[in-house]
Amino acid sequence: MALGIVARARRRREVRVGVVSVALAAACFAVFCVSLALGDVDIPIPEVVRTLFGAGDGGTGYIVSQLRLPRALVAVLAGAALGLSGAIFQSLVRNPLASPDIIGITAGASAAAVIALLVFGLRGFPVSVAAFAGALGAAAVMYALAWRQGVSGYRLVLAGIAMAAMLTSVVSYCLTRADVYAARDALGWLTGSLNAKSWATVRTIGPGVAVLVPLTLLAGRWLAALQVGDDLARVHGVRVERARLGLLVLAVALAAVATAAVGPVAFVAFVSGPIARRLAGGGIALVPAALVGALVMTAADVVAQNAFPSTQFPVGVVTAIVGGPYLLWLLMTTNRSG
Amino acid sequence: MISPTVTSHRRLVLGVLGLVAVLLVMSVLSVVLGARSVGLSTVVTALTDYQPADSDQQVVQARLPRLFAGLLVGAALGLAGAVMQGVTRNPLADPGLLGVNAGAAFAVVSAIAWFGITTAIGYVWFAFAGAAIVMVLVYAVGSLGRDGATPVKLALAGAAVSAMLTSVTTAVLLTDSATFNQHRFWTVGSLSGRRLDVVAQLAPFVAVGVVLALGAGRLLNTLSLGEDIARGLGQRVGTARALAAAAAILLCGAATAIAGPIWFVGLIVPHVARMVTGPDHRWILPYSMLLAPILLLVSDVAGRLVTRPGEVQVGIMLSFVGAPFLMVLLRRRTREL
Repeated sequence: MALGIVARARRRREVRVGVVSVALAAACFAVFCVSLALGDVDIPIPEVVRTLFGAGDGGTGYIVSQLRLPRALVAVLAGAALGLSGAIFQSLVRNPLASPDIIGITAGASAAAVIALLVFGLRGFPVSVAAFAGALGAAAVMYALAWRQGVSGYRLVLAGIAMAAMLTSVVSYCLTRADVYAARDALGWLTGSLNAKSWATVRTIGPGVAVLVPLTLLAGRWLAALQVGDDLARVHGVRVERARLGLLVLAVALAAVATAAVGPVAFVAFVSGPIARRLAGGGIALVPAALVGALVMTAADVVAQNAFPSTQFPVGVVTAIVGGPYLLWLLMTTNRSG
Repeated sequence: MISPTVTSHRRLVLGVLGLVAVLLVMSVLSVVLGARSVGLSTVVTALTDYQPADSDQQVVQARLPRLFAGLLVGAALGLAGAVMQGVTRNPLADPGLLGVNAGAAFAVVSAIAWFGITTAIGYVWFAFAGAAIVMVLVYAVGSLGRDGATPVKLALAGAAVSAMLTSVTTAVLLTDSATFNQHRFWTVGSLSGRRLDVVAQLAPFVAVGVVLALGAGRLLNTLSLGEDIARGLGQRVGTARALAAAAAILLCGAATAIAGPIWFVGLIVPHVARMVTGPDHRWILPYSMLLAPILLLVSDVAGRLVTRPGEVQVGIMLSFVGAPFLMVLLRRRTREL
């Protein structure tokens, strides 16, 4: 009888997660269409939908598919990658504050990108490659430093914070050495921006996300196994260190791919996990986290582009201004339950 | 580990005198060495019989404000770190790590960008306010949950609040090029270009903070036994915390107003001091107050020598020293963390 209750509870939760995921996907699609509709030329939404399904007319078809669609797609992909990455980190470390943008991974990407931009004068794709390498490098160093017959969550976090501090100094130093225009451009990259994202960017980020996301969702069962604690997990046959390493590699790769494409957009990784968890009623909720990330990024981009008629802000500005206070509120209410 | 018994009391006093001597030597070196080194006799002449036409002497005069800023900022940050570590019983408490400096920095940027206040004596009040708000916020956020304010949770709360403040600051700066251009130099933490009158105006705040902090030595000793025992011994824990917080706010706010946000001094120095003095805060505090300026001046001089004729700002040099130190600390003291 007890087993029956547990099974029913589990099924109820799975249903809830499923319902939430579908709702989020629908919301995401809606905001996606809005982001395609608004802009210098406002296109009615039915027209947008028609174009998406291949039946639009020439003029609006060009605007939608060549100018706006790549940007929106990058937003969705990067947002999903960041949301997923954040959820995994927060779950592994068991602390909602542990997120790739806090513990030095995006700082690694930033430092590498800024060096590429300001010291080597590179632009475009090489900068993204540098950012990707920087994120992976920083994560590797963090892991090595936190290793002591295994890696525990808190050591990783502290190593990450130390690295973030050092890498932030490197970034600041580079900004002081460059001339003000170059520095301001670099600052733009550092804030995270979806400006000028073209189909080339989609082709860069798309395959990475397409490979990593399914792998990560599969690895999600390790995450659940690790939640019960290392010793208990070992008893059940889980290779704890390997599982943790595998999950970390995936999470870092996701964050690295996203940051390489759009720069370090603050807070998307941070807030997606907790929001998804609340919607799904507790526990790890990877698919909702990815969808929340995509939703947040796309919505933020819509606001960034259209809130002020004359200026376009980088999307990172919106996520920072909205995300910050919301994050604090989130922490105060989440942490209360331990 | 030396514990302060009667016989080693003398050793500690000798240690203080030794540190003062080292500090004097470093002070002289910080004026003598640099992109352009001057001789000792030039320094003496510049102080006693200043000839404005002599370019070597001009260099000395230009470096003096830097020296005083270094002494003041160093002492302030070292003390603030020691006090914060004592009050929170947290080996990772550092004004930078816990976001206090980021709070002060954000407040200063706001003052410059939105209120047009560009004098240090004007925005130092903002720095205090920023430091105070962040300190309370980080402590509050880090204390939620079952275990209270563990080192890791405080560090994470500090990092989170720092990240948020940095993002918002960057957002402000993106729209205001003039402030950005000023700010990118200020934000790395530097002793160069600090004017003597600014340092002189902020010195009283540091002085008050120093007095409060040094006076809190005994309170910190009792607190370190644990809150319940401290209350049992008759100490007003709340008052002690408030006093320590006030000292830390004054010290961090003034230091950040002078030199910009500087990390790691407040983290490293109390640990080194503790290795020499043992757990008695009445000794840790003065030792921290002397060691920190030494560290700061060494970093400043190194920064000037490393990339002659340019210089690496002191905040960056300290990060390169401090981050590895933090990692070593990690590996040695994980059980307490």
